[in-house]
Amino acid sequence: MSADVELQNVSVSFGNFYAAKDVSVKIEKGEFFSFLGPSGCGKTTLLRAISGFSEPSDGKILIGSQDMAGIGPNKRPTSLIFQNLALFPLMSVADNIAFSLEVRGTGKAQRRKRADELLELVALSGQGDKKVNELSGGQKQRVAIARALAIEPAVLLLDEPLSALDLKLRQKMRTELREIQKRVGITFIYITHDQGEALTMSDRIAVMNEGELEQVGSGHNVYESPRTPFVATFVGENNAFYGTVSSVDGGMVKISSHGNDFLAKAGDLSEGEKHTFRKNDKVIMFVRPESIFLKDQNNQADNTFTAKFKTVEFEGNLKNIYLSIDGKQNVRCSISNAVETSGISTTESIDLKFSSSDAVVLPIGPLAVD
Amino acid sequence: MNYFFNKNGPLISTYLLISIGFWLIFLIIIPQLYMFDLSFRPNIPTLLRGGPDDVYTLVHYKHFLFGSETSGEKYNYVDIGVFLDTILTAILITLINLCFCYPIAFYIAKVASAKTARLLIVSLIIPFWINELLRSFALRILFAGEGFINNLLIKLGLIDTGINFIAMDVALYTGLNYAYILLMIFPLYNAIETLDKNQLEAAEDLGSSMIRTHLRIVIPHAKAGIASGCTMVFMLTAGALATPVVLSSPNTFWFTQLIYQWFNMNDNWPRGAAYSVILLTVSVIFVLLMMRVFKVKIGEIVR
Repeated sequence: MSADVELQNVSVSFGNFYAAKDVSVKIEKGEFFSFLGPSGCGKTTLLRAISGFSEPSDGKILIGSQDMAGIGPNKRPTSLIFQNLALFPLMSVADNIAFSLEVRGTGKAQRRKRADELLELVALSGQGDKKVNELSGGQKQRVAIARALAIEPAVLLLDEPLSALDLKLRQKMRTELREIQKRVGITFIYITHDQGEALTMSDRIAVMNEGELEQVGSGHNVYESPRTPFVATFVGENNAFYGTVSSVDGGMVKISSHGNDFLAKAGDLSEGEKHTFRKNDKVIMFVRPESIFLKDQNNQADNTFTAKFKTVEFEGNLKNIYLSIDGKQNVRCSISNAVETSGISTTESIDLKFSSSDAVVLPIGPLAVD
Repeated sequence: MNYFFNKNGPLISTYLLISIGFWLIFLIIIPQLYMFDLSFRPNIPTLLRGGPDDVYTLVHYKHFLFGSETSGEKYNYVDIGVFLDTILTAILITLINLCFCYPIAFYIAKVASAKTARLLIVSLIIPFWINELLRSFALRILFAGEGFINNLLIKLGLIDTGINFIAMDVALYTGLNYAYILLMIFPLYNAIETLDKNQLEAAEDLGSSMIRTHLRIVIPHAKAGIASGCTMVFMLTAGALATPVVLSSPNTFWFTQLIYQWFNMNDNWPRGAAYSVILLTVSVIFVLLMMRVFKVKIGEIVR
């Protein structure tokens, strides 16, 4: 019952403005696929085009290898969960879930039976006669999922459905959504601006910026091998060291940045292909805060540098140390809370280190501004 | 009360109290009470008022039901007939009005762009800057035997001789429908406007046809607005005077015309008052009954 979804050079424009530009991606059958990007990056536009509420101005959308051009949202094998869920407040929970069956002329008894089955699937057994507004946020969420699944869609589309929930519930629902997806086995296409959601739930993630796909890959892939400065800074935290290439040796690049020499991997350009650099190229080297250590910690590292301590920030399980090199290059280093730092005084210089295998060099490009 | 004065200051508080009090007491309560009281009094010359003949009586209400004592009929078939006719026609017109205004209100609230919606609302309002009487006369001219509509139909070759729209009461029903559309459209618009557009898309996504979406989602959501619009249109149509006077056929009589006659031509104010009370009471009872049937609360209507 599941189906694959293929976007072929899809563009959606409103007048001169392109909300999505030349997007091509193939989403596999039964995959949990996320579009991740900041607000206004075009991810919701794409979802509406897939669900049929808008037509792409260019390109094709195929669901189960069938061209969806001219087919309305009510005729597509997709089901959409809205950001605000759009449950029908005047109907009971069971009527909400069985609405799509009512529309198709299914008898009352059978509708109720199906609604009860779906309520069981989303762990809400026995709540069918309640009014929607008597439910909690998380329960409403599950009703919306059950309602969307009632038409037995081949593809379920989710438009940031967890954004209204508080943090704890959101984390719980992530796990739950992933479990429901495994149980029903259909394709889930998930839209979010929350990288945590995308990383925890998805098989693959498409990172979007300004209407274009920046990178498509597994969570590990986009986190560990970002292909553009935008992906490097939007997914997770990152330190961007600006510098120039001093020498290139195979996949490794030596750069000079604010008086320091660093060795780092050349970033990926595409699957199996790396960016090529030449001497004196302006570049950015990305090192994640958790990959930078104090010099006296027992971690392997072949790059060292010295930076001035600015401040330390407590975050529970770890702490963030903010430093600067030359007063220009800011560095953030996240270390376990167990490491003692209380002896360090402001403006004191500290020695730090990181491994070249944790550093990625990319050409200069726009960062995800925060 | 203290709180009210402290919050608004003495000047504004006094102004508010006086203006609201004047409106409520002098414009609503006293005239209605006076009418109510008058309806139970005999029709006697002013000089005899307060004299021994000025006693409470049900004679005017009896007249409405049984007619004058000199007539041979058992009941006052003429007046009761006019009354029922008025109420039934008002119900019919309210329903036609609802069917006519619902699509317009929905279009303005949910389909049209903000700019088009503004334009439509303005073009709905502007004709109502013209007096009701003048609008009725304009319709009379349009529907006349040699009026615009007949001439057009004849020119197009659809009919040979003019249709007597006035005698068929087509003009009256059109006029009454048009007279109060704003009072139907705006409550409907207000109610529909608050519906989340995602609800419509969700229904569509789940395979619902347009008609079903309206029946199951939009109309239940807009129920209070529908009730509010229908109440106002029904009350005002049943109580309309200018439009029926100008547009009704010689054979059609609106109940308000009867009331008008008792007051003005026959100089029988108490009887006119009694007839007014009857119209008001029956209209209110009918509206309350309908609200009970459709499970709408008064509080929702005035929202």
